[in-house]
Amino acid sequence: MLSALTLHNGDTADAQKVPSLSPAEFRQSIVKAVANGARIASLFGYPLAPGTIRLVVVLADGMSGSLAVLSRDAQDSYLALMHDCPQADPFEREVSEQYGLQPEGHPAPNSLRNTAAAQFPKALGEEVHEVAVGPVHAGIIEPGHFRFLAHGEEVLNLEIALGYQHRGVERALVGAPDKRTIHYMEMLCGDSSIGHATAYAQAVEALSLCRVPPRAEALRAIALELERLANHTGDLGALAGDIAYLPTASYCGRLRGDFLNMTALLCGNRFGRNLVRPGGVRFDLDKERASRLLKGLEAATRDVTQSVSLLWNTPSVLARFEGVGGVSRAMAETLGMVGPAARASGLERDVRFEFPAGFYRYAQIPVCTWHTGDVFSRAYLRWLEIQRSLTFVRERLMTLPTGDVRVPCENPRPGQITVSLVEGWRGGICHVAITDEGGRFLRYKVVDPSFHNWKGLALAMRGGQISDFPLINKSFNLSYAGHDL
Amino acid sequence: MWDVVIARLKQGNRTVSYPKGEPALPEMYRGLPVIDAARCPSGCRECVDACPTQAIKTDGQGLKVDLGRCLFCTDCADACPEKAFTYSREFRMAACKKEDLIVVIPAEAGTQSNGLGPAFRRGDVTLAKVQALDAKMLKLFGRSLKLRQVSAGGCNGCEADVNVLNTIVYDLGRFGIQFVASPRHADGLLITGPVTENMKSALLETYAAVPAPKIVIAVGACAISGGPYIDHPEVHNGADSIVPVDLYIPGCPPHPLTILDGLLRLLDRI
Repeated sequence: MLSALTLHNGDTADAQKVPSLSPAEFRQSIVKAVANGARIASLFGYPLAPGTIRLVVVLADGMSGSLAVLSRDAQDSYLALMHDCPQADPFEREVSEQYGLQPEGHPAPNSLRNTAAAQFPKALGEEVHEVAVGPVHAGIIEPGHFRFLAHGEEVLNLEIALGYQHRGVERALVGAPDKRTIHYMEMLCGDSSIGHATAYAQAVEALSLCRVPPRAEALRAIALELERLANHTGDLGALAGDIAYLPTASYCGRLRGDFLNMTALLCGNRFGRNLVRPGGVRFDLDKERASRLLKGLEAATRDVTQSVSLLWNTPSVLARFEGVGGVSRAMAETLGMVGPAARASGLERDVRFEFPAGFYRYAQIPVCTWHTGDVFSRAYLRWLEIQRSLTFVRERLMTLPTGDVRVPCENPRPGQITVSLVEGWRGGICHVAITDEGGRFLRYKVVDPSFHNWKGLALAMRGGQISDFPLINKSFNLSYAGHDL
Repeated sequence: MWDVVIARLKQGNRTVSYPKGEPALPEMYRGLPVIDAARCPSGCRECVDACPTQAIKTDGQGLKVDLGRCLFCTDCADACPEKAFTYSREFRMAACKKEDLIVVIPAEAGTQSNGLGPAFRRGDVTLAKVQALDAKMLKLFGRSLKLRQVSAGGCNGCEADVNVLNTIVYDLGRFGIQFVASPRHADGLLITGPVTENMKSALLETYAAVPAPKIVIAVGACAISGGPYIDHPEVHNGADSIVPVDLYIPGCPPHPLTILDGLLRLLDRI
């Protein structure tokens, strides 16, 4: 690394300390870091002065647990990173769309959130056809457009065009925090309210030098794992439903609700809204509710184990899951994928382990991986994570630290930069905040884990059959709202 | 094979007894906001100013809470210096007209608010906020309602709680309500999300593809008013700026029982 500001998860530093590099140095640093095993956690722009955009990159190195922050300034265009560093692709398309900065040499700078401008590759030949799905999809699910280029039954290419959920959150965050900010964070991606709210709270706490009491950190971790449990259980049920294996589909559908109700036991809302706040958590967990939570957890553990075990013991289920929608380890690494989708391709990538913050500094959850990279792998990995999370929540409930659950959090300090990472249930969430001279956000960049993974889904479909798409899509279960903001 | 049978026996029957039995709501469930107007200091605007979506209004004659904008967060309760704000366990909050979502709390102590009735007893109190469909529509949809869900910018919270209605816990199918894959097969739309500009034409086309007569249900604060995205240029402030809406179900997200209650009242099943 030529020069960089090095931070750890939840650290803050003087924004002036971010080195401003020459175009060549900026590019070299990123390519070199990624070649050495780091990944791009965030790459974004913000207006520095009229006509000048500052590009900032956050390179996350899991081996050392450090985050390297670099920047460069650009006017109209810059040499695209995509060729040497494919995981920069969605970020470059975003910068181009948000600030008009053209990535020179980018092979296909397609729109990211501008649905009207989406372009789709064509193929010529006999029996080549296109199948368009969406934005409105057959089930109860968020909108997105999938354009399959198929030759007979075989999918040559899948182009995913998103942006239908774009609500303008990042634009609204300039000048924040204000009274809507925490609500934006909780609603960015509605099934990851705890994940994003925790990332935001961590960022604000870093900026205002607020130390969160350990009891609050434990409660946040419990809530985050319950969120993971609810979604993983729901996903396994949905995967079973997609292959018409009704026993597990029915039981997991109910069990997902049980986990949501456990989250509601913490804060009154099934999605964990209004629980995490800068300074701690809004609601404490008294002994009586803690013991009810523990009982509920024990019942759910038995039922989930029984329900999910049916899947692994049924050959017809395995026949549908195995060998479908494969993503190789190399591909996952090239794309900078995160979360269960990456771990199911063998990557040991988990923010709780690599960049521990909050209670994960004191209590570790072993990182789960599986190696086959197919639908089975992504399903089985969820089961492994369910088991780990159940153990973790039980341990936390039985050893809750005493003390306050919330302390006052002052206003963010001026001229600072902070990076806040949380392992949401889909993968690493990254929030970067830069404050101005008044302590208000000059720029607040949100990267939902889905942002890294959509390309993985598109490539997993290549060579597959269109009829396998619902299954492969569900095995990823990425967020449209989290991508579109 | 036996393990499947044993699993079925052990997993048991999990369908809730509602509407026959009492609803099971979380202990700290935040339902209809209740304000003890007698405790409001004169000229105080703390809750009005704290609300992130300007759901609370005051005209000097008392407070009005617009459930269509309410996120059921706790910002108002936290801001109130007199602890006059609480959330009740009243989950029946759906309404057919948007103006009926505005709950009026008079300023004088002792006067009743026109909020939805406090009693959980059914049968003796008719909640007039949801009018059942007219006779002709009930004949068509009363026992078989097919809905097409459209997420027009929803965060996935409302979508998840609508999905949950299809699970065995709430088992929407037992009421004849079903979600279908195509608007051509549907009797109406169930819309979530503030209606992003990028989804406007898809929503209009989906609505046009539903054969008449049709109904539209708006679920969640976003679909009713725009929710936290009110006045964002990237969204329209709710579904009824794009299509006519027949039923509004407030919440963020509404508890599945709130959605279920609204649907069943619309179909005159409660």
